[in-house]
Amino acid sequence: MNIGVFVCHCGSNIAGTVDTEQVAAAARRFPDVAFATDTMYACSEPGQAGIIQAIHEYGLDGIVVASCTPRMHEATFRKTLERAGINKYLFEMANIREHVSWIGKDKKANTNKATDLVQMAVAKLRNNSELHAGEFEINKRVMVIGGGVAGIQAALDCADGGLQVILVERESTIGGKMAKLDKTFPTVDCSSCILGPRMVDVAQHPNITLYAMSEVESVNGFVGNFDVSIRKKATYVDWDACTGCGQCMEKCPSKKAEDRFNEGVGTTTAINIPFPQAIPKKAVIDPQACIMLTKGKCGACAKLCPTQAIRFEQRDELVQEQVGAIIAATGYDLFDHTLYGEYGGGRYPDVITSIQYERLLSASGPTGGHIKRPSDGKEPRNIVFIQCVGSRDPSVNRPYCSGFCCMYTAKQAILTKDHIPDSQSYVFYMDIRSPGKLYDEFTRRAMEEYGARYIRGRVSTIQPRNGHYVVKGADTIMGSQVEIDADLVVLAVGAEAAKGAGALAEKLRISYDGYGFFMEGHPKLKPVETNTAGVYLAGSCQGPKDIPASVAQGSAAASKVQALFSKDKLASDPQVSGVAMQRCVGCGKCESTCPFGAIEMTEFRGMPKASVVETVCQGCGVCAVTCPQGAIQLQHFTDNQILAEVNALCPY
Amino acid sequence: MPVLEGKELRIVGFLCNWCSYGGADTAGVGRFAQPTDLRIIKLPCTGRVNPLFVVRAFLNGADGVLVSGCHPGDCHYTAGNYYARRRLEVLRELLDVMGINPERFHYTWVSASEGQKWKQVVSDFTARIHALGPAATFTGCPAVTGQIGAAVEIGGIGETGETGMKAAG
Ligand SMILES: Cc1cc2nc3c(=O)[nH]c(=O)nc-3n(C[C@H](O)[C@H](O)[C@H](O)COP(=O)(O)OP(=O)(O)OC[C@H]3O[C@@H](n4cnc5c(N)ncnc54)[C@H](O)[C@@H]3O)c2cc1C
Ligand code: SF4
Ligand code: SF4
Repeated sequence: MNIGVFVCHCGSNIAGTVDTEQVAAAARRFPDVAFATDTMYACSEPGQAGIIQAIHEYGLDGIVVASCTPRMHEATFRKTLERAGINKYLFEMANIREHVSWIGKDKKANTNKATDLVQMAVAKLRNNSELHAGEFEINKRVMVIGGGVAGIQAALDCADGGLQVILVERESTIGGKMAKLDKTFPTVDCSSCILGPRMVDVAQHPNITLYAMSEVESVNGFVGNFDVSIRKKATYVDWDACTGCGQCMEKCPSKKAEDRFNEGVGTTTAINIPFPQAIPKKAVIDPQACIMLTKGKCGACAKLCPTQAIRFEQRDELVQEQVGAIIAATGYDLFDHTLYGEYGGGRYPDVITSIQYERLLSASGPTGGHIKRPSDGKEPRNIVFIQCVGSRDPSVNRPYCSGFCCMYTAKQAILTKDHIPDSQSYVFYMDIRSPGKLYDEFTRRAMEEYGARYIRGRVSTIQPRNGHYVVKGADTIMGSQVEIDADLVVLAVGAEAAKGAGALAEKLRISYDGYGFFMEGHPKLKPVETNTAGVYLAGSCQGPKDIPASVAQGSAAASKVQALFSKDKLASDPQVSGVAMQRCVGCGKCESTCPFGAIEMTEFRGMPKASVVETVCQGCGVCAVTCPQGAIQLQHFTDNQILAEVNALCPY
Repeated sequence: MPVLEGKELRIVGFLCNWCSYGGADTAGVGRFAQPTDLRIIKLPCTGRVNPLFVVRAFLNGADGVLVSGCHPGDCHYTAGNYYARRRLEVLRELLDVMGINPERFHYTWVSASEGQKWKQVVSDFTARIHALGPAATFTGCPAVTGQIGAAVEIGGIGETGETGMKAAG
């Protein structure tokens, strides 16, 4: 091999504490090194041109660049090699910036260390072999999981771009949290007026197949070729026949079913269409509340239904779909405030959550848009809002900021004044976080125009007294105790990961953080990608986000999918495992250890042999360590390559 | 390059690409000063670390070996670090038998964002190795110097036998 070594100054970033000239000089003495030089900025246009020129001039067929981390520029330099006409896998990097020049000031030690790293890279490179990416066909259909505003946006953008979309929503209607909101900040426009038409678009779009009351059961395959199994949960209603007329609801005798759409403000019937604008507008029977399903008699709805759509015998059904990309948009859930004993732990009827309050404000809500206390139906005068309930509180393992609660609390204070002009709102807050276009102005309006009294401090207790609540807390600006007589208390509960998010992440093989939010590919540069090729994120499943941010991500994820599907074939990563047939004894150990099920046992001349499905293999190398024969090797990280590095470093 | 006389010892690190290598990068970006002894070998996953790589490093004269990967549960490949943990636990038990002080070996989990932690891990481990001093050499051992052929054919690592476990020299 004719190896060329390029030692980068990175301006003074490296050259400041590493003698790059000396490193290059030392490199010239390493075996197979035909050319070595230092260079000002290896990644710059002239830097890359220099590499290409040297390749041609000295007939180089392997390159080492000693510069920054390969996580930064490996892809850049591999392209340089391609442009020079040599195989891009005959390339290694020595990280002499992040791992050397930036962490030590001793120039002698740094130069010595940088030289070692170059020697290791050269030793590895001498054992590299040319790798060639294969190609495979892709299925240009996309599955969106979660039909909140983020998922709706992603689905519509993909469908408008001509892609076939499968939208999977676990509730009986799409819309997510936004469908439950009354009005939205900072414009105070009606939530269902802006979301409703988008929901209808989903229902009517010829490219969208909607599976409501459905969840993803399993995901197999890889980018371009995922096999998905979807569980359609039993609704006990034939949705093909159901017209959504709602007559069944009128006569259902079981009226104490949990009203999930209205967040438990009031109850509903066992057979139910959650709200008039539901998409799909279909009835669902709650099996826990249905008298027929629990006691075996009733059937009032079945007698009444004009299309005979009721099916008490219905069971869950599994359907299979093939897609090439997946967008996870499963949103968030709200913090369980009953963990806070000081706010009554859920025992006080007039201490409610912010989302329940949205339902009270909403004209289509259980009170027809009149703010009424749950306990006695009376209109409240004094309303206390408490922010950061389950946000920024390490004691309940929620140290993060939920981001949108400051804003929605201001909105709710404004709407309260609109609904009840002689009311007085009080807001207990920790800090106001309102960075966004027109956001700070909005919170100011709540205070200045709408007279909401903002008190900086936390509430220590809420005590019921004669049908009222005494809210005691600290005012940390005035340095005093405050006591407010409240008719209604609204807790601004924080956002947490959607229930079952972790289990879904494991099916999708994407990472999630300690709180269950999905992890993006890079916190700055890959906000909607994941580390699993072909799986993208949108909305608050990645972390709390308001509607504009969720919608932006929905569109971003859709455009990523469009870009992925702009090619007819994808290149496979050749850094995967391969089996040396003669060495493999067919023990099957690798097959059982591979975390991705990428190894199949096949037969060769009557002998069992392992074989790697290259498109499924993710290149972890777990199998290579398992094989008792050394028969299965991870390309680009073979035993020989790694041991060459060890030997270069520990030479005796 | 020989180790810097009287200043450095030979410490080899096997790091996974996704978490700990990223953590070491983060420490670099944050300019968190660290001792200079450690040399890092990047692997896709700690699940790629054959315990025999660690043994080979020691036989070849390493004074300390450090393995670091993603926190349990955060593996980029879902389960690679669980495999690593089991394998490296067994290795730790066996080092003593091989005449290697297990104190010279350490494995840990550092995420890509934990630059500060990485600095701590490197500083602590380097201090520990310096306290132990240079490791005894195996140059008198026939298996290392290649005098007995059979002993070097340790299963799984020979590959085609070019470099493999055949000792240099
Ligand atoms: C009280 C309150 C008021 C708010 N007011 C405003 C406001 O005025 N303006 C604003 O910008 N933001 C507001 N927000 C924030 C807003 O709710 C979110 O920004 C928005 O809902 C995020 O949309 P999403 O699609 O990411 O998630 P979601 O709305 O949570 O939607 C997620 C969807 O995925 C479904 N799903 C979950 N898990 C699965 C699964 N495993 N399989 C299939 N489907 C699944 C859910 O059923 C849901 O339909 C408010 C929030 C609250 C709590
Ligand atoms: S490298 Fe990892 S993913 Fe690929 S076959 Fe081996 S164990 Fe499976
Ligand atoms: S572990 Fe090795 S020998 Fe056993 S089946 Fe897999 S490749 Fe073949």
